[in-house]
Amino acid sequence: MINFERFTLSNGLKVLVHEDHTTPMAVVNILYNVGARDESPEQTGFAHLFEHLMFGGSVNIPNYDGPLQQVGGENNAFTSNDITNYYITLPASNLETAFWLESDRMLSLAFSEQSLEVQRQVVCEEFKQRYLNQPYGDVWLRLRPMAYKVHPYRWATIGKELKHIEDATMEDVKSFFSKFYTPQNAILVVAGDVKLEDVKELTEKWFDDIPMGQSYHRNLPQEPKQEAARREVVEADVHVDSIYIAFHGCDRLSKDYQTMDLLSDILSRGASSRLYRSLVKERQAFSEINAYVTGSMDSNLFVVEGKPLAGISLEEAESMIWEELNKVKTSPVVDAELQKVKNKIESTLLFSELSILDKAMNLAYYEALGDAQEYNDENEKYLKVSAEDVQRVATEIFRMENSSTLWYQSKGGINA
Amino acid sequence: MPNRLEAPPYQAIGDLELVQPDAVNHSNGLRTFLFHSEELELMKFEFIFENHYEKSELPILNVALSSMLKEGTTTRNSAEIAEEIDFYGAYLMPEYSFDYTALSLYTTRKHVDKVLPIIADVLMNSTFPEEELETYIRNNKQSLQIALQKNDVVARRLFYKNLFGTNQYGAVADLEDYDTLSRAKLYSLFEQQIRSNNCTLMIAGRVDQELQDLVDSLFGQEWAESKTAVGNAIDLPLRSDGQLVVEPKEEALQSAIRMGGITEGRAHPDFPALQFVNTLLGGFFGSRLMRNIREDKGYTYGIGSAVVSLKHTAFMTLGSEAGADVTNATLVEIEKEFKRLREELTTIEEVDLVRNYMQGNLLGSLESIFSHVDKFKAVYFSGLDLSYYHYYHEVLRTMTPERVQEIAVRYFDFDKLTKVIVGKY
Repeated sequence: MINFERFTLSNGLKVLVHEDHTTPMAVVNILYNVGARDESPEQTGFAHLFEHLMFGGSVNIPNYDGPLQQVGGENNAFTSNDITNYYITLPASNLETAFWLESDRMLSLAFSEQSLEVQRQVVCEEFKQRYLNQPYGDVWLRLRPMAYKVHPYRWATIGKELKHIEDATMEDVKSFFSKFYTPQNAILVVAGDVKLEDVKELTEKWFDDIPMGQSYHRNLPQEPKQEAARREVVEADVHVDSIYIAFHGCDRLSKDYQTMDLLSDILSRGASSRLYRSLVKERQAFSEINAYVTGSMDSNLFVVEGKPLAGISLEEAESMIWEELNKVKTSPVVDAELQKVKNKIESTLLFSELSILDKAMNLAYYEALGDAQEYNDENEKYLKVSAEDVQRVATEIFRMENSSTLWYQSKGGINA
Repeated sequence: MPNRLEAPPYQAIGDLELVQPDAVNHSNGLRTFLFHSEELELMKFEFIFENHYEKSELPILNVALSSMLKEGTTTRNSAEIAEEIDFYGAYLMPEYSFDYTALSLYTTRKHVDKVLPIIADVLMNSTFPEEELETYIRNNKQSLQIALQKNDVVARRLFYKNLFGTNQYGAVADLEDYDTLSRAKLYSLFEQQIRSNNCTLMIAGRVDQELQDLVDSLFGQEWAESKTAVGNAIDLPLRSDGQLVVEPKEEALQSAIRMGGITEGRAHPDFPALQFVNTLLGGFFGSRLMRNIREDKGYTYGIGSAVVSLKHTAFMTLGSEAGADVTNATLVEIEKEFKRLREELTTIEEVDLVRNYMQGNLLGSLESIFSHVDKFKAVYFSGLDLSYYHYYHEVLRTMTPERVQEIAVRYFDFDKLTKVIVGKY
């Protein structure tokens, strides 16, 4: 349970305040409602590159990080396909510094050419480090365009290719800023050792004079229903074969989301989960196997991925996975198994409430989904899921024609 | 209109208030520390064991011991242990580090009495079933094969090997080493190490008398003591003379860089100052290495350094993955930063910034009672007590550019660092 108060400035900035006086720290979290899904297909990776540029100085403050470190603060940010989230942790007594910094970069950036040039390179190195110079690193660069043909989820947050990042110009940066980095497209959450009245005063002082800007109406092409199974085989320089099966699932606000999430827990959460018990321990066919939901706001992917052991072909591996998926379709889960995954959800939610940063991020994310109050109803929604729900959703999702299967085959590896 | 050109005024960051745990000694030699937090619905139990090393054995046996603890007891098989722990929404996590093996349990307060008996069973009656060991070996061999394709992993392994040599800190497992594992060896290590008198138990959360009695009855009486002392003597190598180890990778888009050297640990009076200088050099986003090599040159996504305090020694380490075409340029810049640190006096402004950053970071690291446990552990296992943090605070508060240079000259010598490059050089 996270208690909070909420108010909105005249320029449209939404503000949420969560008081927690057990800590001497404060968190200032700003979520901008823009992610890789809002990019043009010819300019992918831009939302994330832009996140880097937000640290390159703002209109009145040449250096973002220094003044924050000076008052004992720390910051970071992340970009997903849905959102871009910036956060600061600092001693609550120095809260105003965070307001000064965040409001200035919402007002306007410095748009420094040098920063653009350096961050293009930094992001290219990030691209290499995470996606190109790692075994299996490019899996998601391949899997996304297999599963999504129309929706912008077909490219990864980092972008389709290095070239899109290399080609970004200052004009693009400026127009992206004015389109998405407006008060009305942002959610500010302040949490920790703060008082609502002080936060109100500071917010009005620092954010009120920022022009509201144009409103952005998201109108993304929706992914049509997949009608036939998709498959790809790729040969790569890895030692061990790997298999990925991606199914289309519901969106984050669907009433079936929690059921789908529990289904992935039944299959793969913890050492007692079905896939691990059956395929790693009993049949000793895989060294690792996982099932998870991508957790995106629009239509999700339900992914099963695993690495078969030596002597197990990808074909055998795939059919073993399907055996397990079919089991959950044909017979309902027993009460104890369903209760187990619900208990785990409950304790996980409690753990996430230990940290003011996690609480602030959760409030911002749920507010972006529509209403921060929904966070507090989440456990209740999980508790309501029945064995019939699980079976029904499994039957809807685990269909061959709803799947994209990627065989990631090692060149002369051990599985042959 | 607010004045946006000037930073708002700010306050100095105060000293920490740390929770002093209650200590309890049980009749079988178990030592428990209790960290009270009345309102919390969650609890953490951390059973910490000093590692026992036989000279002839690789630490691979110790790593396997920690992973295999929850794979079967005289009354529960692996599946039953997993099922019960998961059912109560608990997390059971074995952890292995250079000097200690730990089994951590996170659980809700309401299920403590259901979950703790499982842990008692695991710690007292583990059997290390043959079939589970085979699974462990098979899966870990495969994971290692995959990991060995990562340049940063290869660089880290080469670094430890070259820095520490053949002792337990330097020994890294190769594929065939897994074949030396046996149930008998595991069991004998278990009997030696996973014993009451070699265990320190940290308990955090709502610790009332009832819980204390439960802990004593489960862990404080029947759990046997080890008959022989835990042995972990170590042959420390001579200090490094700056060898360069290169493993070329033709296809690499980036090179993994790893370097470092032996330094002083937490118990040494210079340690907080050493941490200060490390932070300034490479310990945070605003460090010199990050500002120069990432934020000015764009050679890497990240570069960082750290000081690690171990039981028998300590080391400083630095790591990065830099573009293959700029690997040499990155090395030149790293060397320049070390030289600058030793040869030029830093500014008072930079010292202020690093101090405030470190003080804020320390304050922010105390999130819940669980972080108080971590703070206590860090000093307790270095033979210190919580007054260390006041000393630390005082060292930060009184840090000067002269002192930074003095520490840099004494401890940050680029020429003496062991250097590893995996990729293009």
